[in-house]
Amino acid sequence: MADNIVEIDNLSFGYKGRLLHKGINMVFPRGKVVAIMGGSGSGKTTLLRLIGGQIRPTKGEVRVSGEVVHKQDRNGIFKLRRQMGMLFQHGALFTDLSVFDNVAFPMRELTDLPESMIRDLVLMKLNAVGLRGAHTLMPPELSGGMARRVALARAIALDPSIIMYDEPFAGLDPISMGVICGLIRSLNDALGATSIIVSHDVKETFQIADYVYFVANGEVAAEGTPHDLMRSTLPFVHQFVHGEKDGPVPFHYAAPDYQQELMQRG
Amino acid sequence: MANIFAKLVRGLRMTGHRVVEQLWRLGAGARLFFLTISYSGESFRRPRLIVREMYFTGVMSLIIILVSAFFVGMVLALQGYNTLQKYGSSESIGVLVALALVRELGPVVTALLFAGRAGTAITAEIGLMKATEQLSAMEMMAVNPISRVIAPRFWAGVFSMPILACLFSMVGILGGHLVAVAQIGVDVGAFWSQMQANVDFTDIVNMLIKSLVFGVACTIIALFEGYDSPPTAEGVSHATTRTVVTSSLAVLGLDFILTSFMLIT
Repeated sequence: MADNIVEIDNLSFGYKGRLLHKGINMVFPRGKVVAIMGGSGSGKTTLLRLIGGQIRPTKGEVRVSGEVVHKQDRNGIFKLRRQMGMLFQHGALFTDLSVFDNVAFPMRELTDLPESMIRDLVLMKLNAVGLRGAHTLMPPELSGGMARRVALARAIALDPSIIMYDEPFAGLDPISMGVICGLIRSLNDALGATSIIVSHDVKETFQIADYVYFVANGEVAAEGTPHDLMRSTLPFVHQFVHGEKDGPVPFHYAAPDYQQELMQRG
Repeated sequence: MANIFAKLVRGLRMTGHRVVEQLWRLGAGARLFFLTISYSGESFRRPRLIVREMYFTGVMSLIIILVSAFFVGMVLALQGYNTLQKYGSSESIGVLVALALVRELGPVVTALLFAGRAGTAITAEIGLMKATEQLSAMEMMAVNPISRVIAPRFWAGVFSMPILACLFSMVGILGGHLVAVAQIGVDVGAFWSQMQANVDFTDIVNMLIKSLVFGVACTIIALFEGYDSPPTAEGVSHATTRTVVTSSLAVLGLDFILTSFMLIT
């Protein structure tokens, strides 16, 4: 069995004539929590979509369990996706289904398990995220943090070997953030899965990640363990990790001279 | 001169762009239609999915359709009597009401109301599912959204429309009966017997064919507009508007084509 469950090899991706990624190389070892970090619009979520086979690379390839994702037909991609679970940025819960039915959805759709077993499994998954008592609620009745936890229970419903998290901490209060943070690490270790986290929340991500890739200008700008990156002297990493206003990523969007523009009339 | 020429070229270019865009959308809609048909197996293996959607599209549209049918029938009887009595044939009011409803108003008005009530609901629901990444989530779970979300709604719409059109015609005739017999005083025997003698079984079959075709058109338009809508609030609102406009025009156009064929044969 290969050590890396996901490999991104010399990957380029672009659309509308703009190249978003230029020759990216990444590996995701089995059992590890690996984070992809970078500023907004740097193409982090697109990388998850490339791993999931929702879009095709312009050049290079993504391999999941040794299989090249974009060379698979629809059935092949669906087979690969059965190894994956994904937590979307806002949960993406099915609003017409209850919490219980949301978690049961992949089991009912993809397995022939009897309803009694599905019930037990759903309650176990919900218990793992601390929401067994909320199984009768509908998605609009949940807070942001609870919705994220239900979505996490749904993502792990079929015990995937790869769990992808798209901005799991965005918009959460500190308590929910801490809960999600702990759950990502504990579920990864309990399931023996590999977690890929896309985020720009440095503190939380560095707490749980084993390895971090920084993406900027379509390339891997830096990589290493959180410990190494905290001490990095690379200007981009330093600015990002310490949240500095100005640096290689400028505060101001490209604009003409300020004084000249103010003095212009009409 | 050069200015006029440049404006002309720009106008032509814009027209060409719009034509190409509409052709592209027509192609994408046709592709969705064929994909829906080919991924319908799951819906028929699990008929509960279709029945659930028939409740939302068909049953929930019943009130607006039945109330409208009642008023349409009553107005038809009033207008029909007003004209027929001039020629001394007010006893034929039953035939007039029934033929107008069964041949044209039943399927057409039902389809227009269906597009306004159920079509917009379908578009908004699918559009919001797309905007909130529910369809993406389904795809990432290795569940095909066309087979799980689109196909059951499509067949629910197709099956609901003929039932709704039949109910529309029945309630319309009852409305006509109420005005013609109870209010105006037309003979009840003449009302029903003339209707029985002049409304053929072919008229009923043609009504069912029309409403089935309208069901296919209205539902696939609503589904396509939702599925193709930009994932924003503005995108969903525009898609909902387009559903009503396109469905209404499609129903009226198809009605003309179908009526022409039915009258020839």
